Amino acid sequence: MAEYDIPDDRRYSREDEWASFEDDQITVGVTDYAQKQLGDVVFVELPAVGTAVEKGEPFGVIESVKAVSDLYAPVSGQVVEVNTDLVDHPELVNEDCYGDGWMLTIAVDDRSDYDALLDAAAYRRHVDDRKT
Amino acid sequence: MSARDPRANVAAVGNAATHVAYEEPLLFERSRPGRIGYSLPALDVPAADPAALLGADALRAACDGLPELSEVDVVRHFTRISTWNYAVDLGLYPLGSCTMKYNPKLNEVAARLPGFAQSHPLQPTALSQGLLQLLHELERHLAEISGMDAVSLQPAAGAQGELAGVMMIRAYHESRGEKRRKVLVPDSAHGTNPASAALNGYEIVSVPSGDDGLLHPDAVAAAMSPEVACLMLTNPSTLGLFETHIAEIAKIVHAGGGLVYGDGANLNALLGIARPGDLGIDVMHFNLHKTFSTPHGGGGPGAGPVGVKGILEPFLPAPVVRRATTPEGERYFLDDERPLSIGRLHGNLGNVGMLVRAYAYVRSLGPDGLRRCAEMAVLNANYLLARLRGAYAVPYDRRVMHECVLSDAKLADAHVTTMDVAKRLIDYGYHPPTIYFPLIVPGALMIEPTESESLEGLDRFVEALLAIAREAEEDPSIVRGAPHATRLSRLDETRAARKPVLRYAPAAAEAERSRPTPRGASR
Amino acid sequence: MRYIPHTEADVRRMLDVIGVESVEALFEDVPRGLRLGRPLEVPAAASEHEVLRELGALAARNVHAESHAWFLGAGTYAHFVPSAIDALASRAEFYTSYTPYQPEISQGTLQTIFEWQTMICALTGLEVANASMYDGASATAEAALMAMRVTRRSKVVVAGLHPHYRDVVRTYLGGAGATIEHASYGPDGRTRDLASHVDDATACVVLQSPAFLGPVEDVRAAAEAAHARGAMLVVSVAEALSLGLLRAPGELGADVVCGEAQSFGIPMGFGGPHLGFLAAREKHLRQLPGRLCGETVDAHGKRGFVLTLSTREQHIRRERATSNICTNQGLMLLRATIFLALHGAHGLTALARQNVAKAAYLRSRVAATPGLSLPFSAPVFHELVVKLAPGDTAERALARALDAGIVGGLDLAPYAPELGPALLVCATEIATRESIDRLVSALGGAAS
Repeated sequence: MAEYDIPDDRRYSREDEWASFEDDQITVGVTDYAQKQLGDVVFVELPAVGTAVEKGEPFGVIESVKAVSDLYAPVSGQVVEVNTDLVDHPELVNEDCYGDGWMLTIAVDDRSDYDALLDAAAYRRHVDDRKT
Repeated sequence: MSARDPRANVAAVGNAATHVAYEEPLLFERSRPGRIGYSLPALDVPAADPAALLGADALRAACDGLPELSEVDVVRHFTRISTWNYAVDLGLYPLGSCTMKYNPKLNEVAARLPGFAQSHPLQPTALSQGLLQLLHELERHLAEISGMDAVSLQPAAGAQGELAGVMMIRAYHESRGEKRRKVLVPDSAHGTNPASAALNGYEIVSVPSGDDGLLHPDAVAAAMSPEVACLMLTNPSTLGLFETHIAEIAKIVHAGGGLVYGDGANLNALLGIARPGDLGIDVMHFNLHKTFSTPHGGGGPGAGPVGVKGILEPFLPAPVVRRATTPEGERYFLDDERPLSIGRLHGNLGNVGMLVRAYAYVRSLGPDGLRRCAEMAVLNANYLLARLRGAYAVPYDRRVMHECVLSDAKLADAHVTTMDVAKRLIDYGYHPPTIYFPLIVPGALMIEPTESESLEGLDRFVEALLAIAREAEEDPSIVRGAPHATRLSRLDETRAARKPVLRYAPAAAEAERSRPTPRGASR
Repeated sequence: MRYIPHTEADVRRMLDVIGVESVEALFEDVPRGLRLGRPLEVPAAASEHEVLRELGALAARNVHAESHAWFLGAGTYAHFVPSAIDALASRAEFYTSYTPYQPEISQGTLQTIFEWQTMICALTGLEVANASMYDGASATAEAALMAMRVTRRSKVVVAGLHPHYRDVVRTYLGGAGATIEHASYGPDGRTRDLASHVDDATACVVLQSPAFLGPVEDVRAAAEAAHARGAMLVVSVAEALSLGLLRAPGELGADVVCGEAQSFGIPMGFGGPHLGFLAAREKHLRQLPGRLCGETVDAHGKRGFVLTLSTREQHIRRERATSNICTNQGLMLLRATIFLALHGAHGLTALARQNVAKAAYLRSRVAATPGLSLPFSAPVFHELVVKLAPGDTAERALARALDAGIVGGLDLAPYAPELGPALLVCATEIATRESIDRLVSALGGAAS
């Protein structure tokens, strides 16, 4: 069984995204479990700065050689920053999904969106539930 | 890295041997200014001045980007690169649900008859009676084989046939004033099924297969509602299993006012045994390049006629080939007065060249031959299963139809995957089976031998797979590093997707060659 | 049966290994009540000789380009097919291979696709081309759908389209909730007032050039009209050979160029299999339907080719695919690539110029024949409308031509009845001066 890295310093959505909160802003990426399921990431489609995103709705797309997935906003808010490094280096998602592989930063409407996300332990259970 | 020569095992089984492998650049790299490969007769009319006729701004001077080559260059180029391909004429090509059966050469001669190959789709029908008769008879034969009431030969491929089928279902419901928004698709379905439904604006509802791999009436009943336009299914399924509950399932869908679409990819297992139309299917497509032996040609062309029950006949793509009795005898014509038709899908009447081949095939086999296809295809698949079930995991271990599905579950301890097995089979001189499909079987290896394969051919294939299973146990790095014996080793598909290079561009080609393999590229 | 190798001894042996008594037992999962229970009612098997005799008789009842001089075009063209093409395309490794999903043993197919993609980009003046579509009509429909996806608009303006292409576009767009508006032709035969049809709801203009009725359209003006309202320009080229002489539509502002490449070494074949092509700008790459072949390297750094960006396609993206297309026209693509390689940078232009010359000669002979007239003044590639003498009909005129051993053209009555009795006549490089003279004489015959 593969071991998945699930750091304690952030929260998680059921769609395998992580969110970390700092200065009224939330940075979002995909988890180690997600990047391992996808395989080599080849393309990430992200929204423009200024776009409004809604919790639970797709904001972009992530493609690997063998699969494609929607990316879901874990919180509602407005996009203030986008990781443009991913355009030329989508492999950052595989190499460092919690660091250099970050995707976007959202200014949140409602802090309770973030609190409603899973903590590391709950997310770990969610991952375990899906392992065959 | 293994110390053993990867070719040693292969030599012992003996299907493949090393051979001369030619190198060959791109056409553009062979190009030399001034070379020509064509001839044109001298002009017997006055030369025209295109610039004067069309305006200089409307013209190009020459076709930069096309190469300059002699006929010898071109012939050598394509002859050499052809030797890099595996093909049915070289050996077993066990792709599941593709029915890679033998492509009869008689069919090629038939299709090249000038009356077929050099005729024009818009020539007056009085001048095409022979061809129209052939098409009409092929429609009747396909209808008889499938148990359908009417057939259109127009769709150019299975996927286009599917599109037509779902469009007809939509038109049928609309004609009855019913707004149905959903389509039921089993989780084992081929990807074209949900794609075709989505192209028609339907919402896809996935129906789970049972633990036995089959579709069950209660699962269908649970998903069925007045919003469901149709159920799309494949029988035998993509697991190679006959859907034993199909009649009951069809009843449930029909009772709810829906229709049943049959994906005909696996029809080879049923020829002369059972007919989709008798099982409750209302509309289906045929894959002539599968069941009916037309050649695959490196990816196409195919042909995907559709068959329908009477209730859908008015919606068939137009025009339709009709026969009338006149004082001069039987006459064939094209009927375009079809107010309920879904319209036209192909610019002309479809891939007629492939239709001629399929017609010749049906005439060559006759009723006994067609049934023999199904019987021997099913025999071959069950024989493979019987011989391989010890060494490979069999997710649904029971009688199969024309194909069987194995998995890599037993190789997990050695960290050998289905991909590795596929690549090692290449060293043994085979095209791999279909891999990682159907999606409901992790690490699926779907094997369809077809009726074309002889007993000794199957035995050699089995020996190769057994040898690979042994290698996985004794020396897994040989399998994981495969292929070893090909001109190219495993290709970097990640790199191709991350930085797509989709055409030859000389300056870019130089930069590309000197670029190191990017970080993170894995195999 | 010679295609099925099993002897009774083979069958016995295999049944023993499986552990069943009979072949019949292998079908135990098929409920008895659902079985056919009788032989199929298709004709009994015929030997090779009989099949060929029967098919030969059917084929002999068709008129074709080797029995008659040929002036019927309208989307399917009679061109000379160089001998090397059949010889090369018939190689078993090309003919009987399948989709190159295992690239290590499909490099012949893959390299050919890469070469095709390259040459289509060169001819269209665009940056990416796919590995072919079923035919020109479906390629045009898919191009329109692509423009709708990119612009997120649902109105399509069509102009100059072959009536069958228009029908196919309508069929494909029906499921996507699109509206289609037609821009008609003006007195010179070219599309007029295109800009008046384009608005902020327009996803694209689909312009066929050369148009169905023959005239070469003003692509640059169409691009301006489309772009002015944020719409894309799709140029549909039903006669790919015209790209050998005419300026690349991509250079004139087209965003997508699609069409039919049957003229590149593929016999008319009663309309199929043919060869659709589709090319677009790099920025629209991920919205492109169909297969794509890309360059890469193997583990030792050696160049090779693979199918790529498959996540757009049905087998991965399923209901969110850009199209449901699965096969391409692989064998036809091979033929066309060989054709382009043989003709090369100069041959294609030389061949195109011959076509223009033949049509110009046809035009001059028609103009000099009493009773016949040329309703459109716009320049053409190799196809033009010939109006017949008043009181004559296309049916009678074509019958006169047939008596002279010629298939004279397309009766335009079902397609453009407003023209009165008229034919669409195409003169390619295979039309001899003598046959053109004979045709014009037969067409003008009613007036004498």
